[in-house]
Amino acid sequence: MTLQSATGPVPAIERGFSARQYLVCLKGILTREGLRFLNQRERFISSLVRPLLWLFVFAAGFRQVLGVSIIPPYKTYVLYEVYITPGLCGMILLFSGMQSSLSMVYDREMGNMRTLLVSPFPRWFLLVSKLLAGVSVSIMQVYAFLAIAWFWGVKPPWTGYVLVLPALFLSGMMLCSLGMLLSSMIKQLENFAGIMNFVIFPMYFASPALYPLWRIQESSPLLHKICLANPFTYAVELIRFALYGQVDWGSLMLVVAFTILFLGGAILAYDPSTGLLGRKQDTGGNA
Amino acid sequence: MQHVKANNGASLPAALEVSGVNHSYGQKQVLSDISFSIAPQRFTVLLGLNGAGKTTLFSLITRLYSTRHGAIRIFGHDVGRETGEALRRLGIVFQARTLDLDLSVYQNLSYHASLHGIGRREALSRIKSLLAQIDMSDRLYDKARSLSGGQMRRIEIARALLHRPPLLLLDEATVGLDIRSRAEILTTIRKLVVTDGISVFWATHLIDEVEESDHVIILDKGRVLADGRVDEVVRSCGASSIREAFTTLSGVASVPAGGER
Repeated sequence: MTLQSATGPVPAIERGFSARQYLVCLKGILTREGLRFLNQRERFISSLVRPLLWLFVFAAGFRQVLGVSIIPPYKTYVLYEVYITPGLCGMILLFSGMQSSLSMVYDREMGNMRTLLVSPFPRWFLLVSKLLAGVSVSIMQVYAFLAIAWFWGVKPPWTGYVLVLPALFLSGMMLCSLGMLLSSMIKQLENFAGIMNFVIFPMYFASPALYPLWRIQESSPLLHKICLANPFTYAVELIRFALYGQVDWGSLMLVVAFTILFLGGAILAYDPSTGLLGRKQDTGGNA
Repeated sequence: MQHVKANNGASLPAALEVSGVNHSYGQKQVLSDISFSIAPQRFTVLLGLNGAGKTTLFSLITRLYSTRHGAIRIFGHDVGRETGEALRRLGIVFQARTLDLDLSVYQNLSYHASLHGIGRREALSRIKSLLAQIDMSDRLYDKARSLSGGQMRRIEIARALLHRPPLLLLDEATVGLDIRSRAEILTTIRKLVVTDGISVFWATHLIDEVEESDHVIILDKGRVLADGRVDEVVRSCGASSIREAFTTLSGVASVPAGGER
C-alpha cells in the first residue's frame, strides 16, 4: 500500500473553526449516535419493553388499589395508567441517560472515546454535542412509547405532544448530564451495576413517577423530603404538566438549575486539567 | 519556542517539543523530566520496553491527560493553552484499536472527518482517495468488525491522515500484526515523510523497526536515556549496533529478535 498521493503535501492550516465547521462536527456526532442506535435494534426494543410492562401489567394490576384524586394538571379523575405515563416517559429518559453514560465508560475502556477527546474542537462543545445526541435518541424512544400508550387509552390533548418536547429535552439534558458526570467517576464497566442500584432505582422510586407526592407525604414525611430533594421529581412533574399543555414553573427552574450543575460538573470532570480522568490510568493503554 | 532545521534546510518550529515533563499516577512517578524535540519532516522513533512510559507520554501529547509539570508544543502551539491549534496539526494512531466495530469503514472515517470540521462532500472525496491508496476501496461500506487486524490498522492510519496533519503519532502501530503487514505499514509511513513532508513520531518496543537514518529517543522507566541520530546514540554508548546500545542503556540482559523481552 502507499499513501503518498493520498494526502498531498501538507497544506497551511488556518486558525480556528468557522460556525459551519462547528455544525459539521455536531452533525457528525449526532449521526454517529443515531447510527449506533439503529444498529442496536434490541436496545430500542428493550428501552420500550420496560415502560410498557409497567403500563400494561403494573398499572393494570394497581388500578383498583391506587386511586388518584383530582390534582393538577388533571381536571378530572384519571386512571392510574394515565397518571404514571409521564413518570414512565421520565423513566425512559432516566435509563437512556444512564445507558448513554454506560456507553461512555465502555467507549473509554475500548478506546473509542479517545477519537472524540482528541478532536481539536473545544472539549465542552464535544461533550454537549454528545449529550444532544443522547437526548435526541431518548426523545425518539419517548415518542414511540407515547404512540403505543395512545392505543392503550392514554390520550393527552394533541397539543401536549408538541408542548412536551421542550420538557423532554430539558429533562433529558439534566439526566444525560448526570449520567455523564457519573461516567467520569466510574473507572470500569463492572462498576455500573452500582449505579443501577444506588442511583437509578432510588431516583425512580423516590419520585412522583408512580404515586403523587401528597400520598407519599401522608405515609412518610421523610420519604417526602427525599422526593423533594430528588432532581428526577421535577423532571417528572415538568413532563406531566407539559403533556397537558401547562408549565410547572417551579419544576422548570429546578430542572434548568440541575442541568447547569450536572453539565458544569461533567465538563469539569472531562477537562484533563481539572477533572479526574488524567489522574487515573483509564484510557486503556500501557504506561 | 525551539526552531530546528528541516530536511530542506529551512528553519521551522519543532514539529514536537517536549520540555521538562513529569507525570505520576498517585505516588507512582511514570515520567521524569522528559525533554526532547523532533524536527519537521523526519521519522523519529520513541524506543522503549513495555511500561517505559510511551503511552502515558502520548496521552499527554494528545491532551488525554493534562501536563501538570513542563510543556508540550506542536509546531509551536502549546498543547495546554492552544489545545485546538495543537491537536488539528496532529494525526494519531493509538495502540488500542479505536474503530467503532458496529459502523462501516465509511461511517468511521466520516465521523472522524466531522470531528475535524470537514464537510461530507470533501470527506467522501478524501476517504475514497485514501482507500484507493491502501487498496481497500471495495471495503468502503463493510462493517469494521469484518476487517482483519492489519486492515483495521490501515484504516486507522488512513483516518489519522484524513485531516492532513503535518505531524503523525503512532503508538505501537504494528503490535499484533504479521510480519508482512508490519513491513507494509512501516514502509508506507516512512514514504509519507519523504513524499509529503510529514513528521512522524513512531513509538515501538521493536528494535528492528529502527533504521540507521532515524532519529531515536530511548525511553526507559520514565526517563530519556538517549536522544539523537541512531549512529550518534550507538557511538556515544560505545556499542556496535542500536540493539546493543539499547540493551546497555536499558540494563536488560538481552533483547531477542523483534526486540521483545
